[in-house]
Amino acid sequence: MNDTPDSQIFDRQTLRLRRDRAATGFAGFDFLKQEVAERLEDRLLGVNREFPVAVDLGSHTGALASILQRQSGVETVLRTDLSPAMAEQGHGQSVVADEEMLPLGHQSVNLVCSVLSLHWVNDLPGALVQINHALKPDGLFLAAMLGGDTLTELRQAFLQAEMAVLGGASPRVSPFVDVRDAGNLLQRAGFALPVADTEQITVDYSDVLSLMRDLRGMGESNVVRDRYKAPMTRRMLMAVAEAYHDQFARPDGRIEATFEIVYLTGWAPHESQQQPLKPGSATMKLEDALKMAKGDLQDPPKEH
Amino acid sequence: MTADLDQKLLDILVCPLTKGPLRWDRDAQELVSEQAGLAFPVRDGIPIMLVEEARKLDETA
Repeated sequence: MNDTPDSQIFDRQTLRLRRDRAATGFAGFDFLKQEVAERLEDRLLGVNREFPVAVDLGSHTGALASILQRQSGVETVLRTDLSPAMAEQGHGQSVVADEEMLPLGHQSVNLVCSVLSLHWVNDLPGALVQINHALKPDGLFLAAMLGGDTLTELRQAFLQAEMAVLGGASPRVSPFVDVRDAGNLLQRAGFALPVADTEQITVDYSDVLSLMRDLRGMGESNVVRDRYKAPMTRRMLMAVAEAYHDQFARPDGRIEATFEIVYLTGWAPHESQQQPLKPGSATMKLEDALKMAKGDLQDPPKEH
Repeated sequence: MTADLDQKLLDILVCPLTKGPLRWDRDAQELVSEQAGLAFPVRDGIPIMLVEEARKLDETA
């Protein structure tokens, strides 16, 4: 496919193949997805609201979908994944769908959740607009995606190793969203009460090879279109392992890998939500309010 | 195999390209988007809502 526009950072076709390949063995590599799905559940439990129709976007084998299924008030759960092989796994109704082109009708669902999938979307603003479009008024969007500091150690180790071995660098680790941008994107997509926040999860591994094996098992290895596509040489691999170990090994010899999780929350607008007042509708002068805040409304200070 | 699709699912799904309605063709196991001229296959009860997997209606109508 050579007609892909330049704005496509990620190769979605390859992503689909990687996920198809990872699908059958995914149970052995789903720890991060499972962990983040449970953290998302905590947030969902904090929302005192019932959502009859819920969607798990980029569901893989359905860790989050099972969680949604057991929430009170949830009647229907729909799982979507780009990969048919992933969609076939797990329980419940699944649909093969691309987050960049959602097959969800206007105001058809009450809740859209997603765990660790939206970081591979080329057009995140477009996907968010489509999600908002699919939500009923006062519907909730709650997602966790990988953020900018994810795999920062691996990125640095690759950079160092490629400079040493090849004399140049290529994008080995995918670019991820920045939490500040994420908040803006939510707002631009028309979500009410948008919130983006972040937390870090550190996973330790015996060595770089086991980290890479894990990423492949998760179906998360690099699908950046401009990636260096030749197979990695043994020399390069050793250089990466060495650079990683030199900088990021703990005293016990194990290495750490950072995953930054960016949480996105937004509501489909509804009149019951907090609204900014109309300009000019204030019943008090700003000047008075400022004076009141200073505690001297009764006796305005005189300036000389 | 002629599996049926849940009405609730049919109420939610639209054509990913046009966001227009879909017609469920149970015999062919396809979700048809007349607007887009595409038929999306349903395999083992899983709708495959990818444009690249859809059958173009004018080719073998």
